[in-house]
Amino acid sequence: MSALTREATETLIQEVLEIYPEKARKDRAKHLMVNDTELESSKKCITSNRKSLPGVMTMRGCAYAGSKGVVWGPIKDMISISHGPIGCGQYARGGRRNYYVGTTGVDTFCEMNFTSDFQEKDIVFGGDKKLAKLIDEIEMLFPLNKGISVQSECPVGLIGDDIEAVSKKAAAQLDKPVVPVRCEGFRGVSQSLGHHIANDSVRDWILSNRDGQPFEKTPYDVAILGDYNIGGDAWASRILLEEMGLRVVAQWSGDGTLAEMENTPFVKLNLLHCYRSMNYISRHMEEKYGIPWLEYNFFGPTKIAESLRKIASFFDDHIKEGAERVIEKYTPAMNEVIAKYKPRLQGKKVMLYVGGLRPRHVVGAYEDLGMEVVGTGYEFAHNDDYDRTIKDMGDATLIYDDATGHELDEFVKALKPDLIGSGIKEKYVFHKMGFPFRQMHSWDYSGPYHGYDGFAVFAKDMDLTLNNPCWKMLKAPWLKEEAAELKAA
Amino acid sequence: MAKLRQCAIYGKGGIGKSTTTQNLVAALAESGKKVMIVGCDPKADSTRLILHSKAQTSVMQLAAEAGSVEDLELEDVMNIGFGGIKCVESGGPEPGVGCAGRGVITAINFLEEEGAYDEALDFVFYDVLGDVVCGGFAMPIRENKAQEIYIVCSGEMMAMYAANNIAKGIVKYANSGGVRLAGLICNSRNTDREDELIMALAARLGTTMIHFVPRHNAVQHAEIRRMTVIEYDPTHSQADEYRALANKIVNNTKFVIPTPIEMEQLEELLMEFGIMEVEDTSIIGKTAAELAAEAVAA
Repeated sequence: MSALTREATETLIQEVLEIYPEKARKDRAKHLMVNDTELESSKKCITSNRKSLPGVMTMRGCAYAGSKGVVWGPIKDMISISHGPIGCGQYARGGRRNYYVGTTGVDTFCEMNFTSDFQEKDIVFGGDKKLAKLIDEIEMLFPLNKGISVQSECPVGLIGDDIEAVSKKAAAQLDKPVVPVRCEGFRGVSQSLGHHIANDSVRDWILSNRDGQPFEKTPYDVAILGDYNIGGDAWASRILLEEMGLRVVAQWSGDGTLAEMENTPFVKLNLLHCYRSMNYISRHMEEKYGIPWLEYNFFGPTKIAESLRKIASFFDDHIKEGAERVIEKYTPAMNEVIAKYKPRLQGKKVMLYVGGLRPRHVVGAYEDLGMEVVGTGYEFAHNDDYDRTIKDMGDATLIYDDATGHELDEFVKALKPDLIGSGIKEKYVFHKMGFPFRQMHSWDYSGPYHGYDGFAVFAKDMDLTLNNPCWKMLKAPWLKEEAAELKAA
Repeated sequence: MAKLRQCAIYGKGGIGKSTTTQNLVAALAESGKKVMIVGCDPKADSTRLILHSKAQTSVMQLAAEAGSVEDLELEDVMNIGFGGIKCVESGGPEPGVGCAGRGVITAINFLEEEGAYDEALDFVFYDVLGDVVCGGFAMPIRENKAQEIYIVCSGEMMAMYAANNIAKGIVKYANSGGVRLAGLICNSRNTDREDELIMALAARLGTTMIHFVPRHNAVQHAEIRRMTVIEYDPTHSQADEYRALANKIVNNTKFVIPTPIEMEQLEELLMEFGIMEVEDTSIIGKTAAELAAEAVAA
């Protein structure tokens, strides 16, 4: 059930589009749809992964953000060099809260910023010599690094720095992987291409490093792909897999290591959380090593149980029993969480606008709490994401692709959700409009939200936000009195 | 005190831009004009005949050594040569790395900020790399820089083709700034009816051939000694040619927005002068076997 009828939602889309000039209206109309759960493919009703319109306040990032910020950055024992001027590296540093265990600056490096800090002369004369020197200095100062990736910022692509040649030479000298990544920010329409480029560079420079080497396999080896351990998500997921009897050989890339990535081709099954950012490497491993991959969802007890059973179905009875045991073990605790928070959240409406997988994956968790997601959308999805979303969202709900500032404002005003989940750029706009808001990229500096442990945190956070008394105090006392007087008169 | 005139010299690579510019500038200096040359080519060979040097140390080279361009002073980058001519080279990377265009932008911005364009100057000449391949090499013709463009060309097809392309570039900047085409300088290659051909091209472009510089070995003799003809052999007839060119530029008032021509028109012009043969369109895309079969049939 949606907050509005199908017709009303369609009318709303038309109203919101009205303000645009004709060309923009025509373009944006293709990115907005009313969900129809009967549909098999999203192709006919929504267009995605297209260039944003100028002037509309898109929330997208760039290819560098997708590669350095998402895929490569969290590999904790490798050093990612932001090759180019200082800003990209410095302002993107540590922003995603990819938690990890290790001693920063000694054997782990995620929170640090390594950059070639381009100056005018590096643009004019090329940055390759500086890059070579930087790699030497890194090796001298941080000898415990296991490898280096070179993340290209825009100017590198413009001046044609030969980072491949520098990387190859350095890799031979250091006898460790040095990976050139051509993720210049101007490439593609969003961060999405950066994920793809990063996946390809993992494929070309890392994945086959241990082919043919001995590895002690077990029948229960799996890898977690596309969990970035934001607020500890991957840890809360991993313990469930281990409890059911699986051996987690690798975790990509949150709290991940180079060795884990190199060992991934030995696993039985790849478990894919963020489909958008790591489906490419999953497909590659399926093709080259015959490793099947499976999408799972660890948000909320319903989806977790569903996913655990789906994962177990790839293994023998030992694992199948393990899955049931895990579900049974946590169910009482989950029932307690639901018993506590559902009465406080029941029937509340949520609107989401996030990235990778969350616009569809968190729907189940809200439903476990009796809440309803009435609108959802992605910043940088492709149509295969929307194919999946159609099934997870309620019928006649609103779906928006690469939503603009204007569209989000207007949809929120019309749907009047009780809670909005989106990013830092949206947060204060909606706070000022008086709407309870949770950041759903960073979990608003909380987390984890994955797994059973995560659901308890998730439920508590939603309650804290939604039922915060502050929302009743948004009207100034004198305005309240005026309103009361008017009413009395 | 006359207003400073800023001129840029463009033309196909290897056409003799740097040689022509330096001889011309030497002639201007000889007549008492205060002139500065700004070389906008990473090869940094735009001032060697004035300074008797191999290649002047460039702005970008010095900036790289000092750390950044902000660490430089004007005297570091400017050399004074024959006739008091001020010489600056923007410089840039070796071929195949970095961004030469950005080097030109950086160097010209530096000269402006440091006040290189002082009031005592009569002329500034920018000697620019062959093709306007990117924004950097268009820097000298943007607003408040060169207002007059001279294109060096000869009666060869590619040189004329390049001249027409440069005229297209000038149109773009003529509309946004004040830059104008001031004339074609024909640097002779001794082709047939070369002067007539260039005059015809100039007319099509809406400009004139400001001077026809004949080919003479004296230029090479001087160049071997890293000198201009004006300095090496001031009494030579070739020196007078450059003086004549200089004089025409001093008195030039015909500054136009060019009317570049289409490829077909250019080809027609070349055919008219017998430089290009009339194209036989019936043979395009046919193999030797097909043509042989046709010949038999005929």
